[in-house]
Amino acid sequence: MSKKKNILFKPLFDENPIALQILGICSALAVTTKLETAIVMSLAVIFVISFSNMAVALIRDHIPSSIRIIVQMTIIASLVIVADQFLKAFTYEISKQLSVYVGLIITNCIVMGRAEGFAMKNSATDSFLDGLGNGLGYGIILIAVAFFRELLGSGKLFGIQILPLINEGGWYQANGLMLLSPSAFFLIGLFIWALRTWKPEQVEKEN
Amino acid sequence: MAAESIKKTFWVALCLCVVCSILVSTTAVVLKPRQDENRSLDKKKNLLIAAGLIQGQERDREVIENAFAAVEGRVVDLATGKMVDDIDPTIFDPRQAAQGPDSYSIPPKKDLAKLRNRAKQAVIYLVKKDDKISQVVLPIHGKGLYSTLYGFLALGVDTKTVQGFAFYEQGETPGLGGEVENPAWKAQWRGKVLYDQDWRPNIQVVKGGVNPASPEAIHQVDAISGATMTSRGVENLLHYWLGDDGYGRFLTIFRNQRGVK
Repeated sequence: MSKKKNILFKPLFDENPIALQILGICSALAVTTKLETAIVMSLAVIFVISFSNMAVALIRDHIPSSIRIIVQMTIIASLVIVADQFLKAFTYEISKQLSVYVGLIITNCIVMGRAEGFAMKNSATDSFLDGLGNGLGYGIILIAVAFFRELLGSGKLFGIQILPLINEGGWYQANGLMLLSPSAFFLIGLFIWALRTWKPEQVEKEN
Repeated sequence: MAAESIKKTFWVALCLCVVCSILVSTTAVVLKPRQDENRSLDKKKNLLIAAGLIQGQERDREVIENAFAAVEGRVVDLATGKMVDDIDPTIFDPRQAAQGPDSYSIPPKKDLAKLRNRAKQAVIYLVKKDDKISQVVLPIHGKGLYSTLYGFLALGVDTKTVQGFAFYEQGETPGLGGEVENPAWKAQWRGKVLYDQDWRPNIQVVKGGVNPASPEAIHQVDAISGATMTSRGVENLLHYWLGDDGYGRFLTIFRNQRGVK
């Protein structure tokens, strides 16, 4: 039981795919100007990574190693299309804002990395949990970044005005930088700093 | 190892492809009606936003349908500029008709919007206020950099002043060309005049910002930074649709009937 717990919870803070392995940064920049899009994107990634991990683990003994990467890609790509279709059918507005980034989950290194690095060697249940954990780890960072970007960039949370803006008669001067991609880099950097201060064992050893 | 033989490799690949394609096509087919409904609602919504009848944040289906009651769709034959009554505007799909055998191939010299083909007819929308026509909304489309941009252009009854302009479908680079959907960029179109005194299309998307002191400023809009090709595409598609091969003839008839000089 504790092993399964480890698989699920380790990727949240101890082995966070974004903060420790610095993977999947591209979409973390692109979809985090608003909480709403970040949450939907996280859910899509969690769905794709959990099920792709499970599917790869289920057939791992039958995958010829010469075509294993393409097999993983096919599974991931199919799941991404399914996720994209669902978003278009049920959350049309958000799917328009996410535009190509849902499709780009296919190239998200976290998904491929877990399929190749974990699911090829472990059971289906463990792989599912590993996918879930890594998806959640990705989601936590995405949502945290989006929280600060939306709050400081447009004074809103979930589209509701929290800090009244100066140009609408309030007192808060919106920080336009927060709406541009570089701010996500800064925020992720700050998170990594905070995380490594809390858990010093994550700091890389100097050569 | 058995997993390595060529035969097995083929079998695994084949089975995987079959399973995945069934999964993908089933979802696509099952969810299509819902997606189409979303798309049509989104189109109505964008038409209403372009016409300034609802706010951009509006999501309630009922509000959109109610506001749309003030809008009347009419089919126009673009070659003559006259309205056609025997085609139902709610059913006629210009996009499908453009692909069909009865489409109009645009002469390459006139094809500013790079469309190649378009339907012979178009569905235009008359917005009414207190039983009088207050705006004409024209659907327009044309090539940007990567994709075809689809949008609505809302004109006042003088047929040359922009009341609103909005794209609702595009596949340009997010953050660059995709900024054609940016509300701030769309807002600057309002009040611009699209024709010169002799009713020739005159609208420019300019780099480096519009000089408000220039007499041409009324015909100019800021280009989107980092998106030269998309901005040029927008300018070209407007010139096409405002010209005689586009809505030119229809708009001439429309203003002659109303005595607009």
